[in-house]
Amino acid sequence: MIHAVTATGIILILTGLWCMLTRKHIIRIIIGFSIIDTGIHIMIVSTGYIRNRTAPILDHAVGLQGAADKVVDPVPSALVLTAIVIGLAVTALMLSYAVKLYRRKRTLDINNYAELKW
Amino acid sequence: MIKRLFVLLAVAGMAVILIPFVSGNGAGDALNNVAATYVEDAPRDLGTMNIVTAVIVTYRGLDTLGEVLVLFIATAGVGFLLKKRREGDPVQPPSEILSTGGMILMPLIVLFGIYVFSHGHLTPGGGFQGGVIIATAFLLAMLSARRLPIYSGLLTWIESVSGFAYLAVGVLGLVLAGGFLDSRLLPAGRYGSLLSSGTIPLIYTFIGLKVGTELVSILDKLRSNQ
Amino acid sequence: MFPILLCYSLCLMMIIAAFGAVYVKNLTSAVIAAGAISLAASLLYLLLAAPDVAMTEAAIGSGLTSVVFLYTLHLIKKIDEGDDD
Repeated sequence: MIHAVTATGIILILTGLWCMLTRKHIIRIIIGFSIIDTGIHIMIVSTGYIRNRTAPILDHAVGLQGAADKVVDPVPSALVLTAIVIGLAVTALMLSYAVKLYRRKRTLDINNYAELKW
Repeated sequence: MIKRLFVLLAVAGMAVILIPFVSGNGAGDALNNVAATYVEDAPRDLGTMNIVTAVIVTYRGLDTLGEVLVLFIATAGVGFLLKKRREGDPVQPPSEILSTGGMILMPLIVLFGIYVFSHGHLTPGGGFQGGVIIATAFLLAMLSARRLPIYSGLLTWIESVSGFAYLAVGVLGLVLAGGFLDSRLLPAGRYGSLLSSGTIPLIYTFIGLKVGTELVSILDKLRSNQ
Repeated sequence: MFPILLCYSLCLMMIIAAFGAVYVKNLTSAVIAAGAISLAASLLYLLLAAPDVAMTEAAIGSGLTSVVFLYTLHLIKKIDEGDDD
């Protein structure tokens, strides 16, 4: 089961990368970025999973004795939790740049932004 | 066509880098040393039930401060790029049922958000989730209310005060307890009660207010900019 | 048995939704497909014993991110209609 989850995360990362590199519309490129984001989060969470263990919340059902043998790794969850919130803020920043670009040139086709083309 | 080839090469290279993770994952059946230390020490030293909260707020508190800073900078960037303009009339005013239902639901969702971030050390949840839930409540109000004044001055004030208070609690931990953002500034309390585990509920309240107001101001900028 | 079946079907749904988000013609549908990926991901986190992450992803990934995208599309349409300086 966990191998399938990791593989899904990798497929999402590759799909998002393909989307960012081949699509022309800037909004679509940002969607690709958010797909990569989700894929990376799934991969990181899947590294902390251990079979037949429960969430790292030590209430009375889990108990404090020998808790380290009953729960999954809390560190990947903690990393991903903050990363999701940051991902939203960065996506909003990218989208407001897209609006700014559209106001300037009235197009969102990436081929029309060729000022740096050699 | 040559461009497509380069793209394929890049994606294939990424795949070669990532594929080993599939077979390497799930090999161990025990926690690594760092995680085992966190799981064993957090209830004893800090009094938190939720180990993820202990890692975020105390053990890796400096990282969380950095994340909050990134969030603040991104919000400031959105505010800089999308200057607020005149409040336009809604194209199609919401129906009576929608606006009434929204007004009834919104305080309940805000209350749930406050529950989530104040119980972050006991149940799943915490400042980030609670702040997002509060932002969702304001989003519902934006979509359903006939005219919703968002006082951006008040939002900025709440955001800066809670950010400052977060830093102040951190510095107090440096002076009075073991280090920067140490939550043992206050007593650990009875295990499993609401007012326990030192300053963790306090810090999560500040984070919840800060994240909530920042996301509301992003949504407000995107909505009223036309 | 049931969680494993659910896990595999969620993985399949996410991959299909990802291809939809890349290749569907309508941009609004692409945004909704990206939201569907996040919704499936939040259920998957619950199966992976990470309820904190599941809460965050359900609220942010499928809720606020989609709304931010849709507001942006609306904004671009507004600029198109020309009531802009």
